[in-house]
Amino acid sequence: MIQAIALLLTFQLGGEALRAALHLPIPGPVIGMTLLLTWLVLKGGPGDALRNTSGTLLQHLSLMFVPAGTGVMLHAGRLTDEAWPIFIALIASTVLGLLAAGLTLHLLTRHRAGRTQ
Amino acid sequence: MNGGTMSEIWVYLSAQPLLWLTLTLAAYLLALALHRRAGGHPAINPVLISVALLVALLLLTDTPYPRYFDGAQFVHFLLGPTTVALAIPLHGQLKRLLSMAGPLTIALVVGSLTAALSAYAIAALMGASAPTLASLAPKSVTTPIAMGIAERLGGLASLTAVFVILTGIVGAIFASGLLARAGVRDEASVGFALGLASHGIGTARAFQLSEQTGAFAALAMGLNGLFTALTLPWILPMLAGLFN
Repeated sequence: MIQAIALLLTFQLGGEALRAALHLPIPGPVIGMTLLLTWLVLKGGPGDALRNTSGTLLQHLSLMFVPAGTGVMLHAGRLTDEAWPIFIALIASTVLGLLAAGLTLHLLTRHRAGRTQ
Repeated sequence: MNGGTMSEIWVYLSAQPLLWLTLTLAAYLLALALHRRAGGHPAINPVLISVALLVALLLLTDTPYPRYFDGAQFVHFLLGPTTVALAIPLHGQLKRLLSMAGPLTIALVVGSLTAALSAYAIAALMGASAPTLASLAPKSVTTPIAMGIAERLGGLASLTAVFVILTGIVGAIFASGLLARAGVRDEASVGFALGLASHGIGTARAFQLSEQTGAFAALAMGLNGLFTALTLPWILPMLAGLFN
């Protein structure tokens, strides 16, 4: 497990270094994810330790958002002053984004599945 | 034990990172137990319930957020290595993802622009202030990217973090029901929509549905972060012109 965590941190560190060196607009962990994916392709796949540790972390991805989410208490004033525009815009745009992405991919791939059959 | 020593112990413990770290994990485990007891119903969202419990506790005990974060930062830190770990499910689905590269790219552009521009347009029409608008636009992408974009557009980074998390919760709650009603049930489309519109929280929800759904969500989250970071700072000033 420690080995797997060290590996994940190493790739995150590599991502941060690359971001700083090239002034990329993408966060270090996302670059680290791409680097690890490349490494997995070259190596042919993850070992058991990496697979298990990653599985445990990903199973609790929700937990990692709790500390930042609790920061909602810092913005109570603005959230009540502009409650209607904020909540209508958040809910409507999320619904529209979900439908736009989901329907587009669904319609495009269904068409393709029909053609290849 | 009398009331005096109780409050002394409280004063001591509440200043320690240990207390708030432990309570963050406890709130999450309680939320997770409720989520499971409800049969995994999306409305009983673990992030939403944990945050509600902790905010109530912090307000009741008059604890400032920075003191809470002294303890909670250890959990917050895990977001980095966990994001890196998304490479493993992506690798598992790589063949399938590559075979769908064309449709995925089109769905990315359509979904990303719809989510960001509709948030901005709706809030602008309803009279939201300029910093609120700039903080809302990047709310579908993962927190660190969204905060960076909002700052470039004149928004507030910490307000953006709140919008990002609220968006994630909204998407995680409504996605599967909404998409099923629209006739979208395949794992690839549901996962891709969740990751695109609701970043990591949507991805967490997608992993609850299946590993395949999660892999597509992780891909959409990464791609939308990249796409939004590269396009929104150029597109949004044009849109802002329309509302002035």
